[in-house]
Amino acid sequence: MLRFALRRLALLVPVLFGLSVLLFVWIRVLPGDPARALLGERATPAGIKQIRELYGFDKPLLEQYWAYLGQLVRLDFGNSIRDGRPVTETFFEQFPATVELALFAILFAVVLGIPLGYAAARRRGEAVDGVVITGSLLGVVVPVFFLAILLKLVFAIQLDWFPTSSRQDPRIDATHITNFYVLDGLLTREFDASWDALVHLVLPAVALGTIPLAIIVRITRASVSEVLNEDYVRTADAKGLHPPVVRRRHVLRNAMLPVLTTIGLQVGLLLSGAVLTETVFSFNGIGSYLFDAISQRDYPVLQGYILFIALIYSLVNLAVDLGYGLFDPRVRVS
Amino acid sequence: MTRPVGVRSEPLLEVEDLAVVFHGSRGDVEAVSEVSFSVRPGEHVALVGESGSGKSVTALAVMGLLPPRSTTVRGSIRYDGDELLDLDARSRRDLRGAEMAMIFQDPMTSLNPVVPIGVQIGEVLQRHKGLRKTEAREVSGDLLGRVGISDGKRRLKEYPHQLSGGMRQRVLIAIALACEPRLLIADEPTTALDVTIQAQILELLRELVSGTGTALVMITHDLGVVAGLCDEVHVMYSGRVVESAPRRSLFGEPRHPYTGGLLGSIPRLDSARGEPLTPIPGSPNDALPWTHSCAFAPRCGNRVDKCTVQTPALRGSEHASRPGDEQALRCFNPLDTREAS
Amino acid sequence: MSIAAPTEPSGAGQPTPVADVAGESLLRGAWRRLRRSPLAIAGAAIVLVFVVVALAAPLLAPYEPASTQWAGLVTPQSVPGPAPDHLLGLDSFGSDMLTQLIYGARQSLIVGVVSTVLGLSVGATLGLAAGGFGGKVDTIVMRLVDVLLSIPSLLLAVSVAAVIGQSQLSVMIAIGVAQVPVFARLLRGSMMLQSKSDYVLAADALGIRRRRIVMGHVLPNSMGPTIVQATLALATAIIEVAALSFLGLGDGDPAVAEWGRMLVAAQERFGNDPRLAVYPGVCIAITALGFTLFGEALREALDPRQRR
Repeated sequence: MLRFALRRLALLVPVLFGLSVLLFVWIRVLPGDPARALLGERATPAGIKQIRELYGFDKPLLEQYWAYLGQLVRLDFGNSIRDGRPVTETFFEQFPATVELALFAILFAVVLGIPLGYAAARRRGEAVDGVVITGSLLGVVVPVFFLAILLKLVFAIQLDWFPTSSRQDPRIDATHITNFYVLDGLLTREFDASWDALVHLVLPAVALGTIPLAIIVRITRASVSEVLNEDYVRTADAKGLHPPVVRRRHVLRNAMLPVLTTIGLQVGLLLSGAVLTETVFSFNGIGSYLFDAISQRDYPVLQGYILFIALIYSLVNLAVDLGYGLFDPRVRVS
Repeated sequence: MTRPVGVRSEPLLEVEDLAVVFHGSRGDVEAVSEVSFSVRPGEHVALVGESGSGKSVTALAVMGLLPPRSTTVRGSIRYDGDELLDLDARSRRDLRGAEMAMIFQDPMTSLNPVVPIGVQIGEVLQRHKGLRKTEAREVSGDLLGRVGISDGKRRLKEYPHQLSGGMRQRVLIAIALACEPRLLIADEPTTALDVTIQAQILELLRELVSGTGTALVMITHDLGVVAGLCDEVHVMYSGRVVESAPRRSLFGEPRHPYTGGLLGSIPRLDSARGEPLTPIPGSPNDALPWTHSCAFAPRCGNRVDKCTVQTPALRGSEHASRPGDEQALRCFNPLDTREAS
Repeated sequence: MSIAAPTEPSGAGQPTPVADVAGESLLRGAWRRLRRSPLAIAGAAIVLVFVVVALAAPLLAPYEPASTQWAGLVTPQSVPGPAPDHLLGLDSFGSDMLTQLIYGARQSLIVGVVSTVLGLSVGATLGLAAGGFGGKVDTIVMRLVDVLLSIPSLLLAVSVAAVIGQSQLSVMIAIGVAQVPVFARLLRGSMMLQSKSDYVLAADALGIRRRRIVMGHVLPNSMGPTIVQATLALATAIIEVAALSFLGLGDGDPAVAEWGRMLVAAQERFGNDPRLAVYPGVCIAITALGFTLFGEALREALDPRQRR
């Protein structure tokens, strides 16, 4: 098992290496002078010279790459063109916000998705099933930014049930320890701050989590349907076991395996969806910052954030692959 | 064969006029009709037929494993005098595994791949005998030993994919017999196994069942299996019983042409070299409906005009060999008997 | 990344023999099943409408695209709604909404199709090479695919588009690049699976040249899953085109109507005129739905293991 883990970790190295090369090339593929492009509108001859020295654009390519690798290892991605702040610093500052959002989104997707998918599978062909299939298909194709806009319109603007933006009501003076606002409130016993943060999370989490919800429903439904027809479920019934036992130990434990596989992919959706969702709701996380960086071609931020995101995504998928062995014993013997 | 048989004991299982209808998107199909047979305590009964004969469906009906929403079961199934079809789902669940157990055809897919076999055996014990986890583990280890798996205690932690087909079937037998049911239904338990293993498993079954006095219903298409194991044989065709007889009578003087065909198609050691095999012509798909004809007529060598216009009824008869033995026949023109009864 | 559940356990994506056991040609059987499925018909209908609208845009649209001649009617507080000569009203720039939507369909179709074709060609070539040659080629290709897959696909498209610059071509290339991994894996898998299959071994034993085996046998049998994947990829592409516009990376030319951009413009007007956002958004969703329905129905129809 350990060997399996190490082998998979080892596979990660060439991927990250390839990615770093790609990003290295990427910034130098920019049309025109890279230094000028990096500075954008604020390009002055002095500034260009500075950037050139900083990035070493005038040095031989191999030297540049070596310096670049050094920077990567130190997690130094330079500073944002727009506000001059170190990229790494802003990333980790905004990281908890996006993680909190993503967590609630995936929670929403899983807590609703698995029971719905199971119910649809058990009542295959009936009205419930039809509704679930249709709903999940719609959920898959609705663009996340459109959904975010709609939710904001209906529930925040017209019905005024939820706030329209940001993570917390500025009037609440909350202390932040971890920067996970909901958690912070609990830790400092400022429960109203926690609650407020939670309320601000609802709409963005629902918007972000809808596509994962739809996918989880569909996979659960397909998987449970298939498992219900398996011989070992018949054996379990023949034993006269109580239905909850059959459901838990025999049906779900097998049916959930494909769902697990997709969790890694869901994280990818969550990360890219966050860019769009956070913007609509002016939610201060990695996503909205990246959105601004994209619109304004803030290349250092783009490069750094995308590399970080790729790293996280790869690690999550690795964890899922390894974790799979926990659930499916057939995979363990490699 | 030594085993206790109640001479005039009350039947443990009595199936009377059983009918099973499947409701599909293209209409209703009557998979089983007018099926009657009984099993006394300790008796070994065989249900014989080709695929599609309805033998498995009959077994599933007895166990209560047919999907309730898409099937209708009519008739009577009495276990220990109680009418099973009147019971609610919960009561039938209480009987399954405890009083009546079933083993199925394909051991490769009949075990849960992600749960250790010890748990799969133990859960029956926990459910019906109220054993705690540790007690159940003890008993499970012993059970593995009894079905011929050595080092049972250690193997409890193993997963099905670590076992061969024969071993998995042994595990399934252990599961079935764990709570000492009085009735065991075995649906083609050896068909999916290698030939060499088949004999082992059958022998194991016979040993276990005889030792505990468990009644056995063996479902098979292989008359060879029947010959070595069962006392009473019911031959089914296209959903109905066409002949019932004690083993000796059936093999010695088969009366239904289908039975005769089955017996005649078995390759024999004492046949002459180069002698062609005699299969039954046609296939089970060439069946007529029972409603106004004999389903077997298209393939029957003894066919007469009546066979394609009238339904032959099942007629019982008392064969004097042993009181209480069932003998029945559904045929207008049975095979000639060679011995006078 | 296909948003339509690529890992469903139905075994989809496996290459299927051209003639199935019962003797009915796979294609004919697939056609029969497609005809019977209401979802397939709905999907096909949507796709058809979309394609027709997109292709016949100049004929169907009531006005010229992006003509802002009614800009004067637009006030900061409101945008004129549906009226006899503007069936869906105006948009925030003063153009006719219906016209913009129709031309937006055209834009989505063009960019969607081109990017998918791009992704398919590059991906399939890589995949076939990897599966066919094996060894080092396979390793290199698969590492490349892994690198591409290590970034969520929308962000990958974003990176590419951000570098190349703001143009229609950049969007097409960007989305195409994001589609490459899926096709590469698909064709590689198909190639590897079929290399081991009996009929390929038989052809090989008969002395038929490798290349002929690939062209004559492997490719036709991979058609089915590839077409299914292309349809689903098109659905994803349509959404990603809109997303890229939303992010400001699309075609900068304001004369070109694009659904995603219409959504951006609609955001500011949201409180007063929500329909400015609803119309383009619904168009995106329904079009993507149509392709997804059709692609899924196609996948089920081509699967020989039908339980019906």
